[in-house]
Parts: sequence; C-alpha cells; structure tokens
Amino acid sequence: MLAALVIVFREVFEAGLIVGIVMAVTRTVAGRGWWVGGGVAGGTLGACVVALFAGALSAAFSGVGQELFNAAILGIAVVMLAWHNVWMARHGRELAAEMRAAGQAVVAGSMSLMGLAIVVGVAVLREGVEVVLFLYGVAAAEGGSGLGILFGGAIGLMLGIAVCALTYYGLVSIPSRYLFAVTSFMLALLAAGMAAQAARFLEQANVLTRLDTVVWDTSWILSDRSLPGRALHTLIGYSDQPTAMQLVVYLATLVVIFVLMRLLAPPRPVGAPAR
Amino acid sequence: MTTTRNIATMGALVAMLLCLAPSALRAQEAVSLQLSIKNKQFQPRELTAPANRPIRLTIKNLDPAAVEFESVTLRVEKVIAANSEGVINLRPLAPGRYNFFDDFNPQNTGALVVR
Repeated sequence: MLAALVIVFREVFEAGLIVGIVMAVTRTVAGRGWWVGGGVAGGTLGACVVALFAGALSAAFSGVGQELFNAAILGIAVVMLAWHNVWMARHGRELAAEMRAAGQAVVAGSMSLMGLAIVVGVAVLREGVEVVLFLYGVAAAEGGSGLGILFGGAIGLMLGIAVCALTYYGLVSIPSRYLFAVTSFMLALLAAGMAAQAARFLEQANVLTRLDTVVWDTSWILSDRSLPGRALHTLIGYSDQPTAMQLVVYLATLVVIFVLMRLLAPPRPVGAPAR
Repeated sequence: MTTTRNIATMGALVAMLLCLAPSALRAQEAVSLQLSIKNKQFQPRELTAPANRPIRLTIKNLDPAAVEFESVTLRVEKVIAANSEGVINLRPLAPGRYNFFDDFNPQNTGALVVR
C-alpha cells in the first residue's frame, strides 16, 4: 500500500504543482474554475484513453511512439505557456483595468485561459497515464488483495491535491502587485523546463542525436528522483544529468519567450498611437 | 489580429525547435537485445553488449501489470503496459555496468554490462 501511495503521489505531485500555479495565475478571471476543471477532466479522460491504447502507442513509429507522443504534447504545452505569457504582457494591464467594469475583458481573457487549460490537461494527461497503467495493472494482477494498493493510490492522489492547494495558497499570498511578475516568470521557467523534457524524449527516441553529451552530473547533490529534485524538475526544469541539447533548448525557449514579451508589450503611455 | 501575429510567432518558435533536430533517425547498425519481465523479474537479469555500438533493446512485459523500465545511468524512463512490449534505443555506450530497475516495483533490478 505504501509503495502505491508513493508511486501515485510522485506522479500526481508534478501535475498538482502545475495546476496550483495555473490557478494562481488566473485567480482574478471569472469562470476560471470551469477552464481549470475542464483541463483536469480532459486530462484525466485523455489519460484513460491513452492508457487503454498504451500498447499500440508504444509499438507505433518502430517502438518510439510513447516518446514522440510525450514530446508532442509537451511541445503543445510549451507553445500555450509562451503564448499566454506573451499575450498577458500585451494585454495584462488593460485586462486588469477593465476587469471590474466589463464582461468583455473576461471574454478576451478566456482566449488565453484556453491555452492554460490545455497546459493543465497536458500535465494531468502525462502523469495520469502512468497512474492509470500502474493501478490498472495492480488491480488486474492482484485482484481482491489489490484493494489496499488502490487505497494507497487514493491517499497519494489526495496528497497530490494538497500539493496543488499549497502551491496555490503560497502564490496568492504574494502581494498582488508582484504576483503577475512572479507568475509570468514561473510560467516561462515551466515552459523552458517542459521544452527541455521534450528534447529528452526526442533524444530517447533517437530523433535528436546531436549535442548529446551530458554536461554535468549533480545526481549526488540533488537527484531527479528525490522529491525536492522532482519539484525543481517541474518548476524550473532542473535535471541532474542534462545534455547540451537540453540546455540549448531550455535557454532558447526562455530567450524566445522573454524577447517576444518585450517586443509585443504595449508602449508605456496607454493612449499612444500604434506604430 | 494580434492573436494571428502571436500565433505566427509561436509557429516560428516551434519551427526553430524543429530545425535543431538533425535529419531524423540515425541509420547506424544497432545491436539487438531482448529483455522480458515475467513474474515481476527481469529475464535475463544481466544483459551483455559490445561497447561503442548503438543498441536496440526490446522489452517484453509478459506480466499482467505495467512496469516502468528505468535506469539512471542509461538516462531512460519508459512505461511498458501489461502484456505488451517497448523498444529502447541506446546510443553507443562506454564499457561499464549500467543498472536498471522497474520503478513500479523497485525490488526488480537488472544490469546491462557493456564491454
């Protein structure tokens, strides 16, 4: 039971962090509960479907279907995060100003909310597939005695939800004038980390073969497999043995996001004519 | 309008990431290795492979439970569903002993010996 608790918690933990951050980012947007909830529900449903076809997916593309799939959905999440950040850099200020007045801002805001809902869906889907496969396997293999394991899994799931709540309340306790800067920075790091992870999946699939030397090995200080290692892995994309390619992808993603945010940010005086 | 511009720039971002990929799958002759999991045990417990050759490792999970094949030194993590198989492509390796285990059942361990 304890093993199941640990395994399920470990998977739910990462999704919990991401959902918590997205909740904090969207805290002022009306109807965000539906979007985030929709992302979680869609991700869960997707996880069940993917788990059902796991065998076929694994066999696809001469055995690297799973890696390509993971890289692809991570890629989608990276684009959505980048898009959200750039969009907020452009519209965030006016959005905040109009928020109280008009429903129009909420409609516009829902465009970028959809992006974040997709990010939530991807996070839940990726971690959910492993949980579903693990628990289903246990239930199938152990039959009745698997109940304890399913119970452990349920506790692991609840602990993961607790992580989500902690992340959320931790972030919203930041004074709101800093919160936007903090969360957009966090989303950028999240995107860069996901991009580096996608690169790793492509390396594992032998699609990316250049720059594959491991740049450093810090597994003796902070292993990817430890809980703090996993937290940092999700939040800032920490890896204890990154390849040069992963670093390049990580930095390139950060640079692209920040440059786009800077380029597309509105000119300072709000009433100034457009170029 | 801005949205289309944003989408275009995002497209450029994706395209840039894709350009970093070299011309797809490297066609170098790989050594084929087989590993299976039965009754929560790797069979064989130890695999041997030549050094400096790419390896194509096929893992057959014969159990009704999923396994997560993982190796810290090989930098591999892969879930293999119940009664199915997965393939892992490894780059040419330096001689040494590379341990692996089932992350869903960590007592189940094995090793790839490269010489």
